[in-house]
This record gives sequence, C-alpha cells and structure tokens, in this order.
Amino acid sequence: MTYTLGQEQLDTIEEILEKDIFDLGVHCVFLIDMAGNIIADRDNGRVKHDIYSLAALAAGNFGAVSSMAKIIGEEEFSLLFHKGEKESIHFSKVLDDFLLVIIFGGATSLGFLRLKAEEAITKIKKVLQE
Amino acid sequence: MAFVNLKKKEVQVKIVYYGPGRGGKTTNLEYIYKKFNHRIKTEMVTIKTHGDRTLFFDFLPFDIGKIKNYDVKIQLYTVPGQVKYDATRRLVLRGVDGIVFVADAMSVMREKNILSLKNLQKNLASYKKSIFKTPLVLQYNKMDLADQGIPLLSVEALERQLNGQLKVPSRVASAINGTNVIETMKDIIKITMASLKEELK
Repeated sequence: MTYTLGQEQLDTIEEILEKDIFDLGVHCVFLIDMAGNIIADRDNGRVKHDIYSLAALAAGNFGAVSSMAKIIGEEEFSLLFHKGEKESIHFSKVLDDFLLVIIFGGATSLGFLRLKAEEAITKIKKVLQE
Repeated sequence: MAFVNLKKKEVQVKIVYYGPGRGGKTTNLEYIYKKFNHRIKTEMVTIKTHGDRTLFFDFLPFDIGKIKNYDVKIQLYTVPGQVKYDATRRLVLRGVDGIVFVADAMSVMREKNILSLKNLQKNLASYKKSIFKTPLVLQYNKMDLADQGIPLLSVEALERQLNGQLKVPSRVASAINGTNVIETMKDIIKITMASLKEELK
C-alpha cells in the first residue's frame, strides 16, 4: 500500500506546523505516519536530533501504548507526554494513521501547547482528508 | 505503507526482517550497518533485553540513492522473534512494504521456522494483507554451521517446508560472516520497488 501527498498538501501542513506549533518556541515538530515515515518536519536549527530514528521509535511507542490502553479497556490514552529535564516530548494522534510529535523545552507551557496542538490537528486532518 | 513525498521527491519504504528467535535477523542488520557505515549517517537503534535479545525492534535507515529522480530511503526493521512477543511483532509490521523471512537452517529449528512463517501470515492478515501479495524473500541462514558438524536442513527440505506454496526468491546465507546478507537485502529492495512502481501506475 502506498500513499502520496502532493506539493500543495505538504506546503499547507508545513505552514500549519510553522505557525501553530513552531512559533510557540518549541525545538522541533514533526508529523509522521504510524509506519514511522516522516511526512513533514521543522526544527529550530540548533537541535541535532536524529528524526528518522525518533519517528520509528515514536510510532512504535505510540502503538505499544495504544495496545496497553486496549488491554485495560480504554479506547486510547488521550495524552502521551514524556517529561525530561531540558526537553520533553508530546505526542498526539491525527486521524488513525498519523502522529504529531513535538519536542519542546521548559520555556513552553504544556497547557498552551496542548491547546495549540489541538487546533493544528483539526487543520491537518482537513488537509489529509482532501 | 510507503510514503511518496512529491515535494521533496522522496520515497520512504519499510522493510521488516521476520523469523524465529535467535535466527539472525539482528545479525543481518548489524552486518549491513558495519558494511555501509560510511553511508549511514545515524546510529542503528536497538531495543533489547539484558540478555541481548531483541525486545521491540532494531531500526536502520538507509539511503539507496535515486530511482527515477526520487530519493529512496529504506527503513530496515527487525521484529523480536520470541513467541511471547507477538503483540510487538504485529506493531512493527504496521505499514510494511517488503519482508525478509530469516529462517534458521538448523535441523532442530524445522518446526519453529514453520510456526514463525504461519505467524507472519496471521499478523499480515490482521492488516488485511496477504502473505502471497506482499513482497517477500526467504533467507536460509546459518549455513556456516555445517563446518562445525551441526545438522542442518537441506536447501531442498527448506524450500519444500517454507517455500512450497509461496514460491518467492530464496538465498542461503551466513549472517555472521556476511555471506549473502547484502544480496538478500538487494533482492528485497528490488522486488519491493517493483511492486511499488506497479502500485503507483
């Protein structure tokens, strides 16, 4: 199974990531699919994370957590968040097949980030369903 | 589920090494990593137990250059072979484009190879994929053990047991020595890319 996203769709997604998420001062944001492929990414140029490995691990991690949810009778866990000392990671599901991953530091408030991520996801869903 | 990025002119392809526990899936990836170290910009990711067994998966991203003007990024994964890790195996298979089934050629592994192949068929079916329609290559690993006098299954027997119905390309190999490891990878890339091309028509 293969899927393709065109220039216009990718431009729109990148713009959403840029304006809604990146401008909050996060370090890095990327949209991936559940197979671990990277669809769009944006970073501040200072972080040097290996996003291909991160994407593979994020997809696996999200899949594992979703399976745990099902075992205990939950449809899914709505918040998936790992807190670090300097950097933290926030994951949110977009439709059934995509995942928005945001890496941010102490200067960004988690509450505000969640709010903005929700807004961005609504917009990205529209683009992906086109 | 290969992803074609028309903007970056890039294709991302997922290839999974499947097979029974201690069959040499991780060894295949380790050899590829060692051999192409200069072309792989990142570290190989492994999630293993203290006993050095794969717990979740190994991951190795690999650029193979351009095909028809598109940059092709191959993502190699292994699954944990142990029977108890079926849920994680299923997770790793999500969105797979091509599979290398690494069979263990030792005579004592006859049953386990067959069970693992059946397990692959079942797990692919959970994603509504047929093992007969998914790009697949068989690798009969550990052929080097014959030199140590360890009883091995003959290639004919392996073909009959595993490839009787599938009729896919197969290779004998020794992952630990690197024999036919790169060739197996080239086989699966070739078949997978051909199948993707067909789909994109």
